[in-house]
Amino acid sequence: MISEEPRALLNGYERDGFFDEMIDASGEVLPHYRKFDALFRSFSADEFQKKERSVSLALLRQGVTFNVYGDSRGTERIFPFDLVPRIIPASEWQFLERGLAQRITALNLFLHDIYHEQRIVKDGVIPAECLLSGKHFRREFVNFSVPKDIYIHVCGTDLIRGDKGEYMVLEDNGRCPSGVSYVLENRRAMKRSFPGMFETIGIRPVDHYPQELLKMLQHIAPPGVADPTIVLLTPGVHNSAYFEHTYLARHMGIEIVEGRDLVVRDSRAFMRTTKGLQPVHVIYRRIDDDFLDPTVFRRDSMLGVPGLAHAYRAGHVSLANSIGTGISDDKVIYAFVPRMIKYYLDQEPIIQNVPTYLASLESDRKYILENLEKLVVKAANESGGYGMLIGPHASKQDLEQFRCHITAEPRNYIAQPTISLSRHPTHVNGHFEGRHVDLRPFIIYGEKISIVPGGLTRVALRKGSLVVNSSQGGGSKDTWVLYGNE
Amino acid sequence: MLSRVANSLYWMSRYIERAENIARILDVNLQLQLDFRNVDETTLREHWLPIVQCTGDQELFVQLHGRATASSVAEFLVFEEANTNSIVSSIRQARENARMVRAQITIEIWEELNRLYLFVISPQARMDWKDSPSEFFNHIKASSLQLIGLSYATLIRNEGWWFTQIGKFIERADKTSRILDVRYQTLPQRGVPQTISQTEALEWSAILRSCSGWDAYKSIHGAEVHPRLVAEFLVLNEDFPRSVRFCVAELNHALRRISGVIDARFSNDAEKLAGRLVSELQFSTIDEIFEFGLHSYLDALQTKLNRIGNALCQTYIFQTSTTALGDHLVQQEEQQQQQLSRSPRHKC
Repeated sequence: MISEEPRALLNGYERDGFFDEMIDASGEVLPHYRKFDALFRSFSADEFQKKERSVSLALLRQGVTFNVYGDSRGTERIFPFDLVPRIIPASEWQFLERGLAQRITALNLFLHDIYHEQRIVKDGVIPAECLLSGKHFRREFVNFSVPKDIYIHVCGTDLIRGDKGEYMVLEDNGRCPSGVSYVLENRRAMKRSFPGMFETIGIRPVDHYPQELLKMLQHIAPPGVADPTIVLLTPGVHNSAYFEHTYLARHMGIEIVEGRDLVVRDSRAFMRTTKGLQPVHVIYRRIDDDFLDPTVFRRDSMLGVPGLAHAYRAGHVSLANSIGTGISDDKVIYAFVPRMIKYYLDQEPIIQNVPTYLASLESDRKYILENLEKLVVKAANESGGYGMLIGPHASKQDLEQFRCHITAEPRNYIAQPTISLSRHPTHVNGHFEGRHVDLRPFIIYGEKISIVPGGLTRVALRKGSLVVNSSQGGGSKDTWVLYGNE
Repeated sequence: MLSRVANSLYWMSRYIERAENIARILDVNLQLQLDFRNVDETTLREHWLPIVQCTGDQELFVQLHGRATASSVAEFLVFEEANTNSIVSSIRQARENARMVRAQITIEIWEELNRLYLFVISPQARMDWKDSPSEFFNHIKASSLQLIGLSYATLIRNEGWWFTQIGKFIERADKTSRILDVRYQTLPQRGVPQTISQTEALEWSAILRSCSGWDAYKSIHGAEVHPRLVAEFLVLNEDFPRSVRFCVAELNHALRRISGVIDARFSNDAEKLAGRLVSELQFSTIDEIFEFGLHSYLDALQTKLNRIGNALCQTYIFQTSTTALGDHLVQQEEQQQQQLSRSPRHKC
């Protein structure tokens, strides 16, 4: 029902027993949403829908789209955008910031360790087989010291909240996390739609992300290079994140290159220009390790640059993120992050993990197989919502299939209890309903750690769905971090 | 500037210009057809087939449509996806190239080109075209001209700018020569035709209007339309911005702005060939051209323009071709960060 009565926008909104980001158990709007709520009530349903349409149109016109794979006509879609922002009060954000900084610090120490002394294995904190069987553990780079000793320069850590509102880390993305361009574009769209709100409410800006990223890239330049040439290496226009690659390159004022634009001579990297070969010193690469250099990794890669790994080893070119960070995205390794934090930092984890059972451990496997219909099972090295079983929503056939996968390849599977993710009021056909959300902040590790306030809030637009990925019917929201707590 | 970027800028502006020129040709010829009375099928075919020929895809056309009629030619040149030179294909390719150099062009150019693309692939485009072809073509032309205006008004004049200029002028010179060549079958093989019929006069004025040259021509020659004067105007006129000579001079200028080499010298084949062609056009008369045969002359001219394009690639853009591996490449580009479900090694 579309109602002309402005106050009715949230009428009939139900929490349905989930933790809600905006409304408390008694139906009251939470303090950090109150200013927004008051302003929001001044819009009629009609006005709201008009704004929504104009935002979608603007995103399409600007080409803020992702590519739909397997479509020869190159269909592009906009990532659906919900106009109701997710709001985080200052104190909560401070807590998250500390937790995320702690986590990336520990992960970088871990990566240094496993590519050098491997103390954590020798001290029995992580079983050797978990590490060595990791698909993304790069033996080729053991005993290689990366520039400034930073492995993960950009991390996209997925956070969720459980039924009591407690934050948990769902996964770490330490390879080429994408989505930050939506953070920046969503903010632009919100500023255009609700210009008045930003002054009144007091929302921390996000637009300095490209500068922070550039600063980090300059920081890791090879020693002795005063004015480094920095480039962004993209797989090409057919990649789903291509828009983001051009967006970041444009805002940093650096060249966006494809593998074929680069060439390595005498273990130095160059780009082919109209004036001949020009040296390149830092590469922000958005290509996975596997494709980076066909002479070292996948031989059939046409996206990479032959000899690049060699130039990297010689110290003439720096890469962000470093080669070999994929091991920390491994969901089996994820399970050990709380122990890493204790081991390297001697601290308690500030943000908890989701409890995780490893199918490779016999006792855990037994539990997983007995409780399959209650658990979420994930393949250790998949992302984007692929290779996943949500027990309570799965068919008998799917359950059997996964039971068989788990038994056959235990190293490749983990399981977690089904978390009832927090929900957020979301616009659906003229009224508002609760939809499950997560949060991906982007952490930059350079000279210091910098986290742009907020991050990408993804929302599962399908009723009841827990999957927020863009490829699986997800949308996004602007994320507001307040200067204060109200 | 990255060679690939130079290449994309060149093709982006070339394809925009191409789409505009095809819209021009079709628009004028559809209108012209309204002036014919009691035409039989042969006359119609004689009217439309040369238009397909002037875009250079006759074989594909015959294969897809067989007979040349107003609607089959228009369909082929406007919407046909298989025709890489159709308006829709040209705009698609212009936009693909623009996407690759998004960082080098301005948001204004990108949004307009993207808007044009979204329009031509929408169902609305077909409806507009059915309702009023002329308005549809005006839309394409206006958008192309807007893009040219936006480029002038917003693009920084760096090396990339000069590559867009080269793309635009090489395409325009080529298309002007092809538009002019449309009626070659009605001309004697050599020499200037003496008198022409009223229908022929209409056709020759259509050629001028295809090139937005009707007003400029009239101001020079009055309303008298004669093939000799039309050809002189479109090939040798120094000041008309769509004449071959004007375009080649601009092209030559752009080449020299990139390298910094003065007019009297050359540092690569593209400059050598462009400089030579400029001189040839400066020091030719239209009577000599008709003596040689207009059609043969234009044919040779198109070959020369092609050579300049190829030489440009050799000098600045040369890259190993990846087209043969196209599909495989696309697959790998997509695969990044997607991590498709790996099929398990065991059977379940």
